[in-house]
Amino acid sequence: MNSKWRYGVTGISVALKSVVLLIFLFPFVWMITTSLKTFPETMIFPPKLLPALPQWSNFVTAMQSGPFLTYTKNSIIVTLSIIVIQMLVMIPAAYAFAKYKFRGQHFFFALVLLAFMIPGQVTFIPIYLMLADWGLVHTLWPQILPFAANAFGIFLLRQYFMQVPSEIIESARLDNANEFTIMRKIMVPMSIPALATIGLFSFVSHWNDYFWPLVMTDSTGVRPLTIGIAMLRETEGISNWHIIMAGNVVLVVPILLVYLFCSKQIVKAFVYSGIK
Amino acid sequence: MASIEFRKVTKSFGDSTVIKDLDLTIADGEFTVLVGPSGCGKTTLLRMIAGLDPQTSGAVLIDGKDVTQIAPGQRGVAMVFQNYAIYPTMSVRENIEFGLKNNKVSKEERTELVESISATVGLSEYLDRKPSTLSGGQRQRVALARAMVKKPSVFLMDEPLSNLDAKLRIQMRIELIELHKKLGTTFVYVTHDQVEAMSMADTIVLMNKGVIQQEASPDLIYREPNNRFTAQFVGVPPMNVAPLGTDGAHFGFRPESAVLTRTPSDAWFRYKGVITTREMLGSETIYQVKNEQFTFMIKCYEDLFTVDEHVYVGVPVEKIMLFGADENRIPREDPRAADYLERLRRQGDE
Ligand SMILES: Nc1ncnc2c1ncn2[C@@H]1O[C@H](COP(=O)(O)OP(=O)(O)OP(=O)(O)O)[C@@H](O)[C@H]1O
Ligand SMILES: [Mg+2]
Repeated sequence: MNSKWRYGVTGISVALKSVVLLIFLFPFVWMITTSLKTFPETMIFPPKLLPALPQWSNFVTAMQSGPFLTYTKNSIIVTLSIIVIQMLVMIPAAYAFAKYKFRGQHFFFALVLLAFMIPGQVTFIPIYLMLADWGLVHTLWPQILPFAANAFGIFLLRQYFMQVPSEIIESARLDNANEFTIMRKIMVPMSIPALATIGLFSFVSHWNDYFWPLVMTDSTGVRPLTIGIAMLRETEGISNWHIIMAGNVVLVVPILLVYLFCSKQIVKAFVYSGIK
Repeated sequence: MASIEFRKVTKSFGDSTVIKDLDLTIADGEFTVLVGPSGCGKTTLLRMIAGLDPQTSGAVLIDGKDVTQIAPGQRGVAMVFQNYAIYPTMSVRENIEFGLKNNKVSKEERTELVESISATVGLSEYLDRKPSTLSGGQRQRVALARAMVKKPSVFLMDEPLSNLDAKLRIQMRIELIELHKKLGTTFVYVTHDQVEAMSMADTIVLMNKGVIQQEASPDLIYREPNNRFTAQFVGVPPMNVAPLGTDGAHFGFRPESAVLTRTPSDAWFRYKGVITTREMLGSETIYQVKNEQFTFMIKCYEDLFTVDEHVYVGVPVEKIMLFGADENRIPREDPRAADYLERLRRQGDE
């Protein structure tokens, strides 16, 4: 192949990637710049990308226009609890599905996959009624308990665990390790990339979750950030986009931080599991 | 230290029975080698001793005690796997220490044991390395150290040398023999390589299709095989065997038992043939000598002949073995033996 042709192909590839990048990045950039605009600047037509002077005070306004400390605390507690509980459920479940032979194994695994495919919108009413029955609606539990088992996580981790040679586990049994020690000292350390990936997906989806807390909560004290920010619209009037965007930036920052922290492990996980 | 006993042990995987009603006693403190072709059930046997795949029926006894209900970690057994099964996320030290930690051995004692064992197997410099940075031979040593450090009463090894190159394998063979001498514990060693079995074992247990063919010292296995399978499994090349032409009986002789001459011999068994291949192995040469009836391998310590040369093969009567239609050896005292031998002698006159 001659080099002109190759340059051409590379050029097209770079151009296409740039377009895709722009499409993904633009709303994000728009959110950040809007969060720094004044109110009139959000309204002018044609719109301008950058504010004349960054209005850092928008963030203060946003945070003061509701009990944002409570919202933030709720978001953190709910998201972290979900991740911790999911790990506690997922690791033994995946270990059992990957390395044990038991009656009804295929049936139960099929159940897990089925659970993975049913959206929350289908189940929220019975779940709500059940939790109300248990008297939990005014606590954070309705946002945590329904997610204790992460079907996707169990599935992914099982695939990962299946790649651990059985001899390693048998060696550990001969070394007098109990099943708990085997999980903690062997399976988990060998699966850090997978666990980081699952944890990150879980973090993002629950940190950003809007629908579930919306239908499960009925008081300010248990609401998370997403609901709080959505309510900015109502408290500040429909057109205060600069304040709403400031709230959104606050919501997104932790996700970016966590992603930066885990990205290496995540790439590893996909390489290992042969997805990449 | 412990003896191991199998009593009427049967092992099935689903519908297929791999081992049926097996009785075997492995003596305390001996180096026992389980050998046999691939798929004959050696690993299965080893895993039953360890308790990793318990027997379907029958009993396994260690030191006279039925261990059926005892967990693998409580049997006083250590195992070295063919792929070493080293814990990849732990350092060499943590690998060796893991069993001790689980057995609640104190930290000082652990450190002391790890240091002394790693010195024994030559790993002292590598204690803080991760297994992925070690060579095959070093990993092998980690696996050995990890087994040794627990001071097991039974050492199980499943083809531990098969992943090493030829030179290292021979070196490790000698080290294992010395290790066995030093520890004096019961070693059960699995291999499909008869040379390894012959060179290492106190006792060889030769298996085929889940059935024990012979259980004896290497010397006896070689000189006095019980049956055709044993005769043809050991030795490089293995025993020459051919049908006798009556009752489905066979006769055989070792490649080195024959004499090659250029003039007709008056040996008990003799035939004239042509050399079709010649393998010069240094101290010895192996010829394949063929005529329309026989194709036999002959081992000579002098390299006197060339390919396509016509030679006479002669085997003295005391070197000839007879096997019945059931493949079992026919001893000389057997009434059939004289008749069969006579037949064989006449064959040479034709
Ligand atoms: N988990 C299992 N499920 C079904 N069959 C099995 C299982 N393990 C072993 N077998 C069968 O049992 C027989 C004996 O296997 P085993 O692993 O003991 O052979 P081996 O003598 O160790 O052979 P090799 O020298 O190849 O390692 C084989 O036919 C094998 O297919
Ligand atoms: Mg095997």
